[in-house]
Amino acid sequence: MTVSETRYSWGADEHLVVQFAEAMSLEANFRAMAVSKVLDADRLAGITDICPGNASLLIRFDPDVTPPAELEAAVRQAEQHVGNQPSLSLETRIFEVPVWYDDPYTNEVGARFRDRHQRPEGNDLEFGAIENGMASIEEFIEAHSGSPWITSMVGFVSGLPFLFQMVPRERQIELPKYLRPRTDTPPLTVGHGGCFAAIYSVRGAGGYQMFGVTPTPIFDPEQRLADFADFMVFFRPGDIVKFRSVDEAEYRSIEAEVEAGTYRFRQRPVTFTLNEFLADPDAYNGSLMEALYDR
Amino acid sequence: MTVEILEPGLASNIQDQGRPGYYNVGIPPGGAADLNAAATANQLVGNDVGAAVIESPYMGPSLRFDTATVVAVTGGTVPVTLNKEPRPQWESFAVAPGDELSFGFLQAGARIYIAVAGGFDVPIVLGSRSTYVTGGFGGFEGRTLQKGDVLPIGEADGTPGRVLPEHLRPVYSRAVELRVVLGLYDYRLTDAGRTCLLESEWSMSPVADRMGFRYSGPALEWIERVQPFGAGSDPSNIVDAGYPVGSIQVPGGVEPIILHRDAVSGGGYAMVGTVISADMNKVAQCSPGTRTKFVSVTMDEALEARAADRAYLAEVTAAVVS
Repeated sequence: MTVSETRYSWGADEHLVVQFAEAMSLEANFRAMAVSKVLDADRLAGITDICPGNASLLIRFDPDVTPPAELEAAVRQAEQHVGNQPSLSLETRIFEVPVWYDDPYTNEVGARFRDRHQRPEGNDLEFGAIENGMASIEEFIEAHSGSPWITSMVGFVSGLPFLFQMVPRERQIELPKYLRPRTDTPPLTVGHGGCFAAIYSVRGAGGYQMFGVTPTPIFDPEQRLADFADFMVFFRPGDIVKFRSVDEAEYRSIEAEVEAGTYRFRQRPVTFTLNEFLADPDAYNGSLMEALYDR
Repeated sequence: MTVEILEPGLASNIQDQGRPGYYNVGIPPGGAADLNAAATANQLVGNDVGAAVIESPYMGPSLRFDTATVVAVTGGTVPVTLNKEPRPQWESFAVAPGDELSFGFLQAGARIYIAVAGGFDVPIVLGSRSTYVTGGFGGFEGRTLQKGDVLPIGEADGTPGRVLPEHLRPVYSRAVELRVVLGLYDYRLTDAGRTCLLESEWSMSPVADRMGFRYSGPALEWIERVQPFGAGSDPSNIVDAGYPVGSIQVPGGVEPIILHRDAVSGGGYAMVGTVISADMNKVAQCSPGTRTKFVSVTMDEALEARAADRAYLAEVTAAVVS
């Protein structure tokens, strides 16, 4: 990917969209995050929102304060600045998200909307296993929870993370969305569409395949839990997530901790260096797991 | 100092001028769908333009005041009554303790705005009193208003008898032109698809709310391609990206959706252009069945329209706040 591939386009008079690449890749995502950081550090007065996307960047601005030409010049300068950096690295954190896979909540909703699905029989987990050439649901869950995911974008609604699997492309889980979107998704559903996992922050419409639910909130407008003391949204771009398969008993026990207001995410600060990861993803992920579990 | 909701109308909710700055985590700017109508209602009663008002789509609520205050109703054209006696729109008037404010059927436009002196004093969340129903916060308990809700109002004397002159009042039509800056992912459309977008007459569907307005009309044609990794299999799919407020997406090539002030902040459908900021209030006042044309304009034209809108608001201020 080179700087010249980047496409600039205006979302009328209040938005600039910068598309770094058409295909998803960690390189494009890191470029989006890095350019966002540069812009944020030396923020023009007219910029109201800097929203890094998976392979793009959306900026909302007030053209009465910062005219479009001035904004574009600043973003191009930030892009050049990032483009000249030899390695993209990120000070971030890794944390664990427990998942009750094959749970009754997503199975019930999945069954209710089966007429909108590619495969009338079975559930979304079975569909995921078959489509990705796996022999069983267990093998699929192992692939889903066995390696970490990086938050490549936060958005859609209320702090919903888009997560990109940190394995070589040929091992990434890929699945189509529902043929027609559902009008319902259980809150805290762990879903998947295209190459992205997502955690639905609130109940509502959705088109991603549904694999399970997590007991831990990711959006807490009342800010009851300690991990939400600073802000009602937990996920930030660049966060690294390790899913862990839990059974119903552990799901209920974590749910009780959340209810009591005592739950804390297991989390550790880490530095993520893109080139080192790309050189040997499995070894790099191993070191991330050591950091998360203090091994 | 409260107002009780006797009947809620349809999806009535509290809005102010919005909550910028959190779109990067999927919390939209929000704010009154018709920002100008909300600002004007506030100026009529003597508030700052940013005070919180009630926004009622399609059908007004019934309210009872427990205190003497001043009220103004703007936006969609609707019969207004106080204790069953007619009252004017675009004009502030006094109410007494026990008075009941009600509305008849909407005659034009789609959203009415009710301001009270002092504003609706709900808690400020992330810098705004606007309701964000999807996130369940802001406004009154994070939801649309229900029968029996009691809304606190701020302390202020108010200014009865302020009038917006006739020539400054908006005219709502059932046939509108919306100015659009084409771009974003419009290169994914064929020439025929782009022509079809601009030359068709679109009809606003009933699927329309603060999040987005959907239109019916012909299908748009996309350029065939091998989809990029991660984008999804439909030609209208892209690798999930940020959605500008006002952007027009066309899932599956049918039924364009204009995202409005409670937009989802991103997703995987190609956007083909964006409604200019000066026409977003006009979108808010369209009702289902409104015949709609998208008119392509340049960025310079969008900025001129924006300046004209600012000049209009300055004229309103000069005329009302004397």
